[in-house]
Amino acid sequence: MQKKKKISTSSARAVLSGNAAIARGAWEAGVRFASAYPGTPSTEILEYLGTYPEVDAQWAVNEKTAMETVIGAAYAGARSLVAQKHVGLNVAADPFFTVAYTGINGGLVIITADDPGMHSSQNEQDNRFYARMAKVPLLEPSTSQEAYEMTIAAIELSEKFDAPVLLRTTTRISHSEGIVSMGERREGPAREFIRNLAKYCVLPHNARKLHVKLEERMKELEVYSNDCPWNRIEKGDGKIGIIASGISYTHSRELFPKASFLKLGFTNPFPRDLVKRFAASVKNIIVIEENDPFIEEQVRALGIDCIGKDRIPVCGELDPDILHESLREFIPQAFPTRVAAVDVPVPLRPPVLCPGCPHRGVFFLLRKLDLLVTGDIGCYTLGAFPPHNAIHTTVCMGASITNALGIGKAMKEKIHGRLAAVIGESTFLHSGITGLIDTVYNQGRHLTFVLDNSITAMTGHQPNPATGITLKGKPTKKIDLTALCRAAGVDHVVDADPFDLQGLEAAIKGALAKAEPTVIITRRPCYLLKDYKPEKSPIQLDRAKCVKCGQCWKLGCPAIERSQADGKTVINATLCVECGLCAKVCRPGAITSISVKSGDAGSLNAEANTMKGPGKNINSEKQAQLKKTDHNTNSKKEPTK
Amino acid sequence: MTMTNILLCGVGGQGTLLASNILAETAMLAGFDVKKSEVHGMAQRGGSVVSHVRFGSVVHSPLIRKGECDLLLSFEELETLRWSVFLRPNGLVLMNAQRIMPMTVSGGEGIYPDTISERLTKLPARVHAVDALGKARELGNSKCVNVVLLGLMAKQLPVLPRTIWEEVLESRIPAKLLELNKKAFEAGWGLA
Repeated sequence: MQKKKKISTSSARAVLSGNAAIARGAWEAGVRFASAYPGTPSTEILEYLGTYPEVDAQWAVNEKTAMETVIGAAYAGARSLVAQKHVGLNVAADPFFTVAYTGINGGLVIITADDPGMHSSQNEQDNRFYARMAKVPLLEPSTSQEAYEMTIAAIELSEKFDAPVLLRTTTRISHSEGIVSMGERREGPAREFIRNLAKYCVLPHNARKLHVKLEERMKELEVYSNDCPWNRIEKGDGKIGIIASGISYTHSRELFPKASFLKLGFTNPFPRDLVKRFAASVKNIIVIEENDPFIEEQVRALGIDCIGKDRIPVCGELDPDILHESLREFIPQAFPTRVAAVDVPVPLRPPVLCPGCPHRGVFFLLRKLDLLVTGDIGCYTLGAFPPHNAIHTTVCMGASITNALGIGKAMKEKIHGRLAAVIGESTFLHSGITGLIDTVYNQGRHLTFVLDNSITAMTGHQPNPATGITLKGKPTKKIDLTALCRAAGVDHVVDADPFDLQGLEAAIKGALAKAEPTVIITRRPCYLLKDYKPEKSPIQLDRAKCVKCGQCWKLGCPAIERSQADGKTVINATLCVECGLCAKVCRPGAITSISVKSGDAGSLNAEANTMKGPGKNINSEKQAQLKKTDHNTNSKKEPTK
Repeated sequence: MTMTNILLCGVGGQGTLLASNILAETAMLAGFDVKKSEVHGMAQRGGSVVSHVRFGSVVHSPLIRKGECDLLLSFEELETLRWSVFLRPNGLVLMNAQRIMPMTVSGGEGIYPDTISERLTKLPARVHAVDALGKARELGNSKCVNVVLLGLMAKQLPVLPRTIWEEVLESRIPAKLLELNKKAFEAGWGLA
C-alpha cells in the first residue's frame, strides 16, 4: 500500500490539500481516534491521520461500522473523527441520526466529502441536507486553511454544545491545495465512559427527552451561528450582495471584486438574523452555491428575494466560467479571450483498467459468454466501458449480488444459467456479504464473482480485512473469503486465477450449470501493488501474422493499440507490463509470450495462492522464491505507473 | 495583481501529480500565495488528467478560466489539444512529444489526429515540443519524464528561483532517486 507523505510537524506553513488540512487540524485538536471506509474524495484524511502516532486511525469494514465505532470512542471520552464520501453517509445514516440525540462526551467531528460533478461517484447528492434533517451543526470550508481551522473548531464546538459536528467538503476542497499556517497539538481532557442510561440508551422513554434537548440545543447553536467567525460580512459597494459558501465563495470573489459578501461557513442552524441584516444593506442579492439551493431556500423563507438557482445550474460542479455565463448581466468585465479551439475532433480518453490488471481476463470472458452481469463499485466498474461492455447494472456498494437476486426472481428460467454478479473483495466485505446471505436464504441461483485483488484499489490502495494488514501497516487476522462464503451457505465456492483463461472459463461454465447460488473467487493482487512482483511474460509481436481479428483489442489494454496506418495491432512497449494475457487470446499466433504455455494453469494457481496480500503478507520464504523468479525473467522494459 | 496560471495535463500514470506538487511548493517558498487543483480517483486510471496551479499575491479560486492559462505543460500530444482551449492569446505551450492511444482510438471510435504539432502552430500561442521521454530514457528511467518537463518549465519561470526548485526536489524525492531526478531537471532546463 502507498504511505502518504507525513505532514511536517515543524514547518509553520505548507501547501496542503483540504484532506491533509483536515487531518492536520484533527491532530492539533487532540483527536485520538479515527475511522473510515475509503471513498473518493475523502480517503486521504484517514491516510494522513494514520501517520500521526498519537492518533489511533483505522479502516472500517464500511461507513456504518466506522460511524458506530467513533461514536463509541466519543462516548468513552476520546476526541474522534469519522470521514466518508457523500454516499458513505447514506450507509452510516442510521447511527448518524441517533448520535445527534445522545450527544457526545469527547468531541466528535463527522466529515462528509461531497462530489459535485460526480468525478468518482454515482450521484451528486447534497449532504448539507443531512445536517438539517438530523439537526446537527454544519461547517463548510472554502479553502485548505479553513478546512484546517474548522476541524479544530468542530471539536471545540462539539464539546461545548454536546453535539456531533458535520464538516462538509466537496471534491474541489478535499483535493485542491493551498497554503496552511499550522500550530501545535493540544491534548484533550482525560475522560472516560460515564454510565448514563438517560443519555446513551435511546429507548423511546429516553429519546423523547433527548429530542426536546436537541431542539433547545439548536436554538443555542443559532445564536452562535449569527455571531461566529465563520459567517462574516465583507463590505463592498452594496449594489450587489453575494451570499456564498464553500468553493463557490472563492470563484465568486474573483468574478465580483466590488460586491458585498456574506461569506457563510456555518450554515446549520442557519444564521437568520445575520442574513436579514446583510439583506438590508445591499440592493440585489445573489446566492451562489453548488448543487441544491440549500442556502437559497432558507434565504427565501425569510421573505428575502434573491437570484440563485433560477440562473445557476443545479447539476454539476460550478467554476468561474459557468458562473460568469449564468450571471453575465451582473458582471461588467468581459469574458477572457480564448484561443480558437483546434479544429479537429479530440477523441475522449476515459479511464481504463491498468496494464496487468487482474480484472481484465474476467471481463473478457463475461463478454465472450454474453452473460447478464450486475456490477458493483470499484475499479472493476470500468468493465462497463467499451470494449468490455460486460457490466449491465451499477447501483451502489454491495448492490451487485442483491440486484442479481432480484433479476433472477423476476426473470426466473429466462435468465437462469446466464446471470452473474461481480464484486471486489473489499466491497464484498463492505456490504456484499449480507446480499450473499440473502441470496442463499431466498434460494437465488446466480453466480457471484468475488474479485480478490488483495486491496481496495480504486481509492488508492487501502488495506482491508482480506489483506490482513491494518491502516497503520500492522499485520492482523486475515479473513478467509472461501470460509466466509461457505458459512453463508454457498456450497459451490471455487478459486480461480484470472490469468488462466481456460481454467476460469471452465469454472464459470461449471458454476452456471448448477441450480444453486455459486461463488468464484478470482485471486490475483492488483498489479500496481509495490510489493507484488509477478512472473513476467515478455511479449513478441509478429505483425506479419496479425489478421486484425480484434481479439486482443477486446481486452481493453492501454498497451495494445491499433495502427492507424494498417489497422494491425501495435504493442506500446512503454505501457506494456508483460502480463502475457494478450498472447493467450491471440488466435493467429501473432502475439506470443515466452513463458506462456497452454496447460500452465496448475502452476499459476499454485502461485496465486501464495499471493493473497501485498508482499508484507507473503511469508518470507515464498517471497524470496518469487523475487528469484522475478529476477530471472524480468526484462529491461519498465512499466509506466 | 499579477497572477500566473499554469495547467499541467497528461494521461493518468505519467506523473503529473508529483510535478504539480513540486511546482506549488516552489511557488509558496518563493513567497507567493498558491492554489492547486486536480481530481483524483477514477480519472487516474489511464484517463485524461489535468492540474491547475495558480500563484500570485492573493489567489481565491483554485481553477484557471478558459482563456487565462499562461503556460500549458503537456505530457502527451493529444492532451495538449484537449486542454489548449484554456490558453490565453500568446500563451506558452511546452509539450512532451509522446503519444498514448486512448482506448476510444484502439476501439475504432475515434481518430488520433496525426498533425497535432502543425495544428498547434496555427494557434496564437508559442509552442515548444520536446522529446522529454527520450531524454528520460537516455538517463535510464522513463519515469523521470515529469522532472525533465519540470526543468523545461522552470527555465521559463524566472519568478521562481532555481535554488528553490532544487530545494523542493531534494525534500520531495527519495534519496536513492534524487541524483537521477536532478539530472532529469538539468536535462529539461537544457532543452529550452
